[in-house]
This record gives sequence, structure tokens and C-alpha cells, in this order.
Amino acid sequence: MTLRRRLAAMILPDRQADRVVPPSGPTAWLTTFTAAAMTFLAVFALALSLASGRLADRWAGALAGTATIRIAAPVDQMAVQTAAVLDILKTTPGIASARAMTDDEQRALLAPWFGPDLPLEALPIPRLVELTEDADGFDSEGLRQRLLAEAPGAVLDDHTRWQRPLAVGASRLNLLGTLSMALIAAIMAAMITLAANASLAANAQVIRVLRLVGAQDDYIAAAFVRRFTLRALMGSAIGAIAGTIGIALLPPVDEAGGFLTGLGFTGFGWLLPLALPPIAAAVALLATRAAAFRKLRELT
Amino acid sequence: MIAFENVAYNYGGGELLSEVSIRLAPGSFHFLTGPSGAGKTTFLKLAYAELLPTAGHVTVFDRDVRSLTRDDVAMVRRRVGVVHQDVQFLDHLPLAANVALPLTVAGRDGHMQDLTDLLGWVGLGKLADALPASLSGGERQRGALARAIIMGPDVILADEPTGNLDWEMSVRLLTLLVELNKMGKTILIATHDLNLIRQTKSLVAARVLRIRNRRIQLAGADL
Repeated sequence: MTLRRRLAAMILPDRQADRVVPPSGPTAWLTTFTAAAMTFLAVFALALSLASGRLADRWAGALAGTATIRIAAPVDQMAVQTAAVLDILKTTPGIASARAMTDDEQRALLAPWFGPDLPLEALPIPRLVELTEDADGFDSEGLRQRLLAEAPGAVLDDHTRWQRPLAVGASRLNLLGTLSMALIAAIMAAMITLAANASLAANAQVIRVLRLVGAQDDYIAAAFVRRFTLRALMGSAIGAIAGTIGIALLPPVDEAGGFLTGLGFTGFGWLLPLALPPIAAAVALLATRAAAFRKLRELT
Repeated sequence: MIAFENVAYNYGGGELLSEVSIRLAPGSFHFLTGPSGAGKTTFLKLAYAELLPTAGHVTVFDRDVRSLTRDDVAMVRRRVGVVHQDVQFLDHLPLAANVALPLTVAGRDGHMQDLTDLLGWVGLGKLADALPASLSGGERQRGALARAIIMGPDVILADEPTGNLDWEMSVRLLTLLVELNKMGKTILIATHDLNLIRQTKSLVAARVLRIRNRRIQLAGADL
């Protein structure tokens, strides 16, 4: 029998074959409950994974292609150094545009900390020059060297210093979400294997009788596999629905703020939890099948 | 059909059977006797590939049992009906479903008329819907016999089938087995009931094998 036919025999309903295994009690609920609980958690892990992925993209996208030069110089040299920096930038390959921020723009930037009436001219506030790189990008180390030589008070900040840890953090969160889903699948497989082993052991006499009258291992295993797969599918569907409702009930963006603003699904992402029950059923099928064949060899 | 050639079996605590060579010819009727613990059940288990010999060769339907896969063993069991003293049924299924179990596992559920006829033949027609727990010892044995022969096996092996039955019921069960033998089935019955053997020998030409000192020998004229 080919693998395809064997798997089909495992899944397709067979009322006669299903009757030969007595309906079991606690293990039935254990499987359904485990699948429901694990899928519920998997929905949140999936949401976390997607949200952190979006966050990483957003941070990287927002900061990519821009840099800032901070000029800290005495007041009487500020204009000269700013002009020197702008001249340097004009002749630096890879820079599409550059401009010094106006006093009003700098005041607006500092307003959250110092209020709107900050007397910029009375304080030694550095001048900020905003630059945008072109598609080829510029040599940041070469630019730093030129600034050091021609405008000693200018410091290049190409954002990588704090952009990189954020992007790394977001990608780590993404990895953790993926890892969580893998762990959830592994735990579900382990729990279903335990339940299947308990059920097989409790039905040892049934299995011996079936072997005695000529039942092949595939036939006996299929009766158990179908049952556990169906229970896992049902439990997982319940967990997926509950988890999706839980995600939908999270506070909206403008109310929650911070990191939680992205923790949810967007667009077609809402359909992704639908993929979890078939995955749970597949995990149950493989786990029960392996447990059934192992136990059959032990028992008969 | 089933042949033993210099077969030995060792449970780990010493040799139970040794240098056993015998052939069950098609249509033959054999009794296997010997004291308790002599190895009668082990001999039967070797014959239907439940156990593998520790030495020698057991051949079932021209195939060495050592070469059989688990699926092959299942197919052999469909051609060898087995009746145990302690009959095991699936307790959640009614008698008819239990008797039809070999058909069910073989995917041949369409033979319901055969099932009804068979239950009537073993005198259990009115108990088709009864659960096993409600059956008497004799009814369970006859149910087991019906289950063993529903696939039309070539060989029927019975291990102390009358051990829990009174004399009248024992004779009735033996009569059924004799009828099956007259239909061409090969029968091997393990029993220590010598009176039953004598009773049966008046009905059919049965050979009596005896296990003594780990070996099997043909019993003398006293049986």
C-alpha cells in the first residue's frame, strides 16, 4: 500500500473500524483540551511574531536612507562650520540632499522637553543638518574623517547606533514568536502522544483480540489515529476561534499606545489562525500514528 | 499446511519444547494432550505465529514464520481460526459484531446472511444482540468458535476449548468441530480431557499427540 493510501486510510472515516475501539473517557477530553489551549496560545504567538516583524520593517523603513550631522561649536563659529559641513556634503558621493534645520524646526523638536518658548539663541544648542542618501548610499567612515578635518565640531549620526539594536530586538521578538509556535506544536505532540499511549494501553485487550482475528497494524492504528486527529481538530478550532476573538478585543491603536499598538492581525493576517487547526490535526495524526505503531509492537 | 521441523522453544527459564517435528496435513484431526505446563499452549502459539521458535522451523501455508512481516502474520490469522479457553471478546460490542469481527477487519462486512446462519448453527441465533458479559461459559465458547470459523479458515486451533464447560456442552462443541472437519477443515485441539478424546474418536479418525519430556509423540492405543 502506498504512503498516500495509508495516510488516506488513516484519515477517511470508517464507521465499522471506529466501532471496534471503545469510546474512551479522560483521554478524549485531554486531547481536545490540550489542542484548544495550545492553539489559543499559538494564536497569540502568531500575532506577536507578525507584530514584531511589522515593527522591525517599520523601524528599518522609517530610518533607512537618512542621517543627521550635529554641529557643536561656539556661537560665533556656528555659521561658518554649518556652511563648511554643507559644502562637504555637496561634494560627497551618495548624498542626494542636505539642509540645516531652521531654528523653528529645532525649537519644535525640543518643545516636548523644554516647552515652546525656548530661547535657542541664548543656549548652546547644537545645529542639526539633515541629509538624505541616494540609492547607492554614502561612505559614512569617509565622511566622518572629512568632517573631523574640515569641521571639527560636526559629528555624523547615521542612526545605525540606535537603529541596529531596535531592529535586532524586533527580529529577536519575531524569532521568539516563531520559536514559541514550534514549542507549542511540540508540547501538543507530546501531550497527544501521552494521551494516545494511555488510550492504547487501556485498550490492550482490544488490540490483542483484533490481532488474533487478523487485523493489520494499519487498521488498528487508523481507528485510534482518526479519533485523536478529529479531537485535536475540534479542540484546535475552538482554541483558534477563542484566540482570534481575544486578539480582536485588544485595545485599539490610539488607546493602547507603545508596543501594543501593533499586536494584532491586519488584512489577510486575520485568516492565518484558520491554518492552525489543520496543523494541529496533522501534528495529532503524526504523533498518534507513531505512538500507535510503537505500542502495537509492544503489546502484540 | 502447518509443519514443525526440529522446533525448540525456550521461555528463558529452560527449554519447554525440544526437537518437535510434526506436520498437520490438510483435513486432518489432531488432539494435543499432556499435563498442565507441558507446552500445549506454546505449541499452538507457534502454530499461529504468535511466538517464533528459538530453534528449528515452523512453516505455515508453506512460509517460514520467521520470514513473515506483521502484516503477513495478520493474513495468516485470517486462514487460521483460534479458540481459547478464556475467550476474549470486545465487551462493548454485541455478540453478532464480535463474531463478525474477522470479516470487519478484513473489510468484508457484506456477509451478514452468513453471520446469521453461523450463529444459528452454533445455537446462538437468539443471542445475536447480547453483550458478551451476559453470556454463559458455553455460549462464549460457541461464540468464539463461530468467530474462529466465520472467515472460512483452512485450520482451526482450539486451546482447551471445553475447559470451562460441562460434559454435555463439551460434547456439543466437539460435535461442531467434528462437523467442520468433515467439511475439510484441519483441526487441532489441545486438551487434557481424555474422556473427551475417547468420545470424539468414536466420531472421527483423530490422531492424538502427547507432549512428554519436551517432545511430542504419537499417543498409544490406550487413547
